[in-house]
Amino acid sequence: MTAADFTKELSVIEGKPALRELDELISKPLETKPNKKFYIALSITLSLFSLLVIGLGLTFYYGIGMWGNNNPVGWAFDIVNFVFWVGIGHAGTLISAILFLFRQKWRTGIARFAEGMTIFAVMTAGMFPLIHVGRPWLAGYLFPYPNQHSLWVNFTSPLLWDVFAVSTYLTVSLIFWYVGLIPDLAILREKTTHKIKKVIYSVFSLGWRFSNRHWQHYEMVYLILAGFATPLVLSVHTIVSFDFAVSIIPGWHTTIFPPYFVAGAVFSGFAMVQNVLIIVRKIFNYEHIITLDTLEKMNKIMLLTGSLVGYAYAMEFFIAWYSGVEAERFTFLNRALGPYAWAYWIMITCNVVSPQFFWVRKIRRSIPVMFVIAIFVNIGMWFERFVIIVTSLSRDFLPSSWAYYKPTYVDAMILIGSFGFFFTWILLFTKALPVVSMAEVKAVVDGAQPSHKEH
Amino acid sequence: MSDKILYGCAAVFNTPDEITHAAEKVANAGYKKFDVHTPYPVHGMDDAMKLAPSKLGYVALVFGLSGTLGALFTLWWISAVDYPIVIGGKPFFSFPAYIPVMFELTVLSAAIATVLAMLFIFFKLPNNSHPLHGTEYMKKVSSDKYGISIQADDPQFDKEKIKELFETLNAAKIYLIHWDNDELNHKHKILEPKFLAFLFVVALISSGTAYFTLNKLMFMVPFNWMMDQPKQSAQQKSLIFDDGFGMRNPVPGTVARGYLPYQFKGQPDLAGEKLVNPVPISNESLKLGGQKFDIYCSPCHGYHGDGASRLRGQFPNPPSLHSDKVRKWSDGRIFAVITDGQNIMPSYSTQLSVEERWAVINYVRALQRALNAKESDLQ
Ligand code: HEC
Repeated sequence: MTAADFTKELSVIEGKPALRELDELISKPLETKPNKKFYIALSITLSLFSLLVIGLGLTFYYGIGMWGNNNPVGWAFDIVNFVFWVGIGHAGTLISAILFLFRQKWRTGIARFAEGMTIFAVMTAGMFPLIHVGRPWLAGYLFPYPNQHSLWVNFTSPLLWDVFAVSTYLTVSLIFWYVGLIPDLAILREKTTHKIKKVIYSVFSLGWRFSNRHWQHYEMVYLILAGFATPLVLSVHTIVSFDFAVSIIPGWHTTIFPPYFVAGAVFSGFAMVQNVLIIVRKIFNYEHIITLDTLEKMNKIMLLTGSLVGYAYAMEFFIAWYSGVEAERFTFLNRALGPYAWAYWIMITCNVVSPQFFWVRKIRRSIPVMFVIAIFVNIGMWFERFVIIVTSLSRDFLPSSWAYYKPTYVDAMILIGSFGFFFTWILLFTKALPVVSMAEVKAVVDGAQPSHKEH
Repeated sequence: MSDKILYGCAAVFNTPDEITHAAEKVANAGYKKFDVHTPYPVHGMDDAMKLAPSKLGYVALVFGLSGTLGALFTLWWISAVDYPIVIGGKPFFSFPAYIPVMFELTVLSAAIATVLAMLFIFFKLPNNSHPLHGTEYMKKVSSDKYGISIQADDPQFDKEKIKELFETLNAAKIYLIHWDNDELNHKHKILEPKFLAFLFVVALISSGTAYFTLNKLMFMVPFNWMMDQPKQSAQQKSLIFDDGFGMRNPVPGTVARGYLPYQFKGQPDLAGEKLVNPVPISNESLKLGGQKFDIYCSPCHGYHGDGASRLRGQFPNPPSLHSDKVRKWSDGRIFAVITDGQNIMPSYSTQLSVEERWAVINYVRALQRALNAKESDLQ
C-alpha cells in the first residue's frame, strides 16, 4: 500500500461482515441479561438522578428562592442548562437529517444513537423552562387553548416561539426516530423466541413486511422528513437565540446570535455524541460499525464548528467596539476582564483552543485524546451559555443595580442531576432498542447493493 | 395442507444482483401482483419492479401548506379579532412575529400527516395477520436473503410455471405460501366486550386527565402560605365565642361619639316645624353643600335640582326642587326628607353627616334663588 486510491469510495463498515452477523451483534444487548457493569453504571446515573429529584423537591416545596438567582440575574442556571441541553440535542438531527441529505453514508452507524440522544437531551432541556416558571403545573397556559379567562398567549414573544419550536422539535424527532425503528423492530420480531417480546415487537413494528413496495414510500418519507427536519433543527436554536437577541440587554442584542448559536449547538452536540459513542462501541464491540473513520469525521465537524464559534466570539468583540455603543463595549470588556473573567477564559480555552488540536491527524484518530477534547468542549459550551447569560445580566445599563450571581447548592444539584436523568435514559435505551440501525447499516456494507453489471 | 387457500408462490435469492434480475424478469413477464422483500432498500429495485414514483410528497405538500395557512389564520383571528391587545406598540396583526410559529406548525403538520398517511393509508398497517408473517420466508428476508413473491390472485398465476421461472433464475429456495385458516375465519367484531372495555378505559383516562388538568391542576393555588394565617377574619365562624360569631357587637347601651338620635323619624312636618338650620350661609358651607349635592343628589335631581336626572329613565324622575312647595318648605322639612327619605327616595343619613345635610340644604336654597332671582340680586 503506497498511495491511497481516491477513486474508490471508502467503505463505511470495516471488513465485510455477513448481514446475519450484524443482526446478531446489534441485537445482542437486547437478548442478553444486563451484566454487572450495566448495573454499576445504572446505579451511578440513578444516584445522580436522585440529586435532581431532591433539588426539584426543594424547589417546588420552598419555591425558586432556593436558587441563586438574584435581582438583575433573573435568568441563571435554569436557562443556562436549558440552552446547553437543547444544543446537545442538535447533533442528533444534524446527523440523521442533514448528513442524510448530503448522502454521507458514514452517518448510518451513529444516526440511531444520535437521534436517541436528541430526544433525551430535548426532554432534559424541556424540564428547565418548566421549572424556571416556578409553578410548572401551570405551564399549560403556555399553549394557546380556548380557556375560561378567554385569554390567549402572546404570539409576538420569542419565549412563546420557543414553546412551539421545542415541542415541535421533540415531536418530529420522536417521529423520525420511530419511523427509523420500524424495520429494526420487525427484524427483532422475526428473531426473538421470547413470547412477550414477540408481542411487543409485533405491535410496534406494525406488521412491517420488508416489502419493496413499502420501502419505496418509506425512503420517500425519510427524505421528506429529513427535508423538514433540516430547517427545523436550524430554526430551533435560532429561536432559542431570539430569546436573547430580541431583548435589548447589551451583549444579547446582536444579529450574529442565530448562526452563532446553531454552530455552538452542533459543536457541543457532536462532542457529546462522540463521548458517548466511544464508550458504547467499546462496551458492545461495535468497533467495526462505529469506525475510527466515523469518529474522525465527527472530529472534523467539531473542528469546523469550533472555529465558527471562535470566529463568533471575535466578531462580537469587534462589533461591540465598532458599533461605538458604550454599553456594548463595556459588556464585552467586562466579560473578559470583569468579575466573571474566570468563566470567560474557561470558555475560550475549551471552545476555541482545544478543538484546534484536531488539525493534527494523529490527534483526530487517537481515541483517548479526542475523548478528553470532547469533554473540554462540553464544559466550554456550558460556560459559553453561562457567560452570555450571567455576565450580561449581572452588569447591564444601570450600575446601581449591578450584582454578582452565585449559584446555590440546589442549583448545583439540579445541574448534576440533569446529567443523571439524561444518562439514565441513554442506558435504558442501549438495553431496550438497537442502538445502531440494522437495516441502514446492512445497506452500506460492501456488496450489499447490486453491482449494476449488465445482465 | 390442501384445504388451505394458497396466497402465492415465493422464492429467496442470495445476492442483490440476483434479486434485481429476478424482479425485472417477473415484471417483464407481465405479473402485476408481485412483491420483492429485502432486508434493506436495494438500489434500482423500484425501476426493476416498474413502480410509479411515490406520491407521498403531495401529502407533505398539502398538509404542510395547510399547517402554514391554518397557523396564519389562527394567529390572525386570536390577536386581531378575538382578543386584540396592543403589545409593544405593534399592530394587532404583526405578521413578521408570526413567522416562527407558522414555520413550526408547517413542519409539525407535514411530518405527522406524512408519516400517518404512509403507515395507515399507503401501507395499510398495522397488519400482523398477513400470510407472509410467521413463515420461514419472512425470517430469511428480514435478515440476509432477498425474496420475491407472486400472489395467487394475479390473473397470470400458474404454480408450475412460476416455479419453473424461479428455478431458471437460480432461486435458493422456493416456497408455497398459504393463508392461515384460523386467521382467515376469525371475524373481528366491533362489539367484542374486550374492545368495548378498552374503549371505555381509554375514554375514562383521557377525559379524566383532561378534566384534572384544565379544571384542577391549572387552578392550583401556588405557595399560598401567606394566605392561611391563624387570625380571625370578618364573617368567619369563631370557635372562641359561644354564639359562634367572629365579629362582636358593642356592649348594649354603647353610644358612638358625636351620635345624636333623630327625634322626628316619620314626622317630617313636625321636623319642619321644630328644626332650625344651625349652619349659617357662608362661602364654605355653600362650597361643601355644592360638592355633596353634586355627589349625592345630582344623579337623580340633576346638577341644578330641576329633576334632569342622568339616570336615563332607569329610576323614576324626581320632582323639581324649584317647585313652590319645596321653596316654601322650611329647612327642617327638607332635612327630614334627606334624613328619612321620602317614598322611593332613600335616606341619606349614612352618607351625609348632620352638618353636611344642612350645607346641602343651603346649596339647594342657593339653586332655588338662582332660578327666582330678585331684581336686587342683580345689583
Ligand atoms: C335615587 C335618586 C334620588 C337621589 C340620589 C336623591 N333624591 Fe330626592 N327625591 C327622589 C325622588 C324619586 C323624589 C320624589 C319622592 C316622592 O315620590 O315623593 C325625591 C324627592 C325629594 C324632595 C321632595 C320633593 C317633593 O317635591 O316632594 C327633596 C327635597 C329631595 N328629594 C331632596 C334631595 C336631596 C337634598 C338629595 C341629596 C342628598 C336627594 N334628594 C337625593 C330621588 C332622589
